[in-house]
Amino acid sequence: MTPLPSPVEPPPALEDRALDQLRYIRRAMEEAGSFTTVSGWAQVAIGVVGLMAAAIAHGQASPRAWMGVWIAAAALGFALSIAGLVHKARRLGVPAFAGPARRFVLTFCLPLVAGAGITVALDRAGLHPLLPGTWLLLFGVGVAAGGAFSVRTVPVMGLCFMGLGLVGLFVPWGLSEALMAIGFGGLMIGFGVVIAWRHGG
Amino acid sequence: MARGGADPVSSGRKRSASRARLSRVADASVEGGLPDLDRVIHERLRLGIVSALAVSEWLSFNELKALMKTTDGNLSVHARRLEEAQYVVCQKRFEGRVPNTRYRLTPAGRRALERYLEHMEAIIRSTRGR
Repeated sequence: MTPLPSPVEPPPALEDRALDQLRYIRRAMEEAGSFTTVSGWAQVAIGVVGLMAAAIAHGQASPRAWMGVWIAAAALGFALSIAGLVHKARRLGVPAFAGPARRFVLTFCLPLVAGAGITVALDRAGLHPLLPGTWLLLFGVGVAAGGAFSVRTVPVMGLCFMGLGLVGLFVPWGLSEALMAIGFGGLMIGFGVVIAWRHGG
Repeated sequence: MARGGADPVSSGRKRSASRARLSRVADASVEGGLPDLDRVIHERLRLGIVSALAVSEWLSFNELKALMKTTDGNLSVHARRLEEAQYVVCQKRFEGRVPNTRYRLTPAGRRALERYLEHMEAIIRSTRGR
């Protein structure tokens, strides 16, 4: 037989309700303090561009041509992400580059500037096999750091890129090329779908 | 420094007074059906608005609408209720030709949220302590 609860015991629902209210407050604060205009669908499009770039770059005869393909893809990806951000912000009726969004962009861009400098140095030194790992790592740093002002999915994505980048620095060329496809193709599409599904497009 | 030089006896008294107050609040809530609860922010949407404004200096009407996933009418009604209680201030302005309404939490609103959080924590502590 199940023992009856003590008559002086408070109703358990009251504690549950209080906990539920606290969770709701926390969620509202997290969402309000987060940058939510990162466009998941734009990220999916960037991932598709990444996969195409990986396929085209693989067939290039020289390292410079390989770099050229990826730099063109990066420029296209950047344009797609800005267009997606502006479109999503407009759809939500919020400013595209205010508050957390501005902080995200600034924080994200700093490692990319560093990456541009390192790319030139590695190219001059003929150390092209280090480029995939360096790019993945620095892109990951930018996303993870900028993601501190964003929804939780964004910094997690940054950490995944950083992990790929660290691996990419120590593996042979063929494998590091594959990591580029996994990162700028697969991870972008995967996390893009999650952001689009959970955070309004 | 003022913080470093705080009288330990006085701060100890303050802590026990605060604990006693929390305990009274919790007991009243558990036994008397939440009599001291601030009904203005107990309502879910209003609590969400106040919580969101607690971490952002200003939020526009559209930002709040997107965050709360609600309709224009519903948000207007609840925001007005918070304005009447002087928990938020509303500022209407034009950005070019586009009207923009934005909200900010007042000190009274922040205190109300803190009291509400204390209240919820007191209920949890009280029910777990029994």
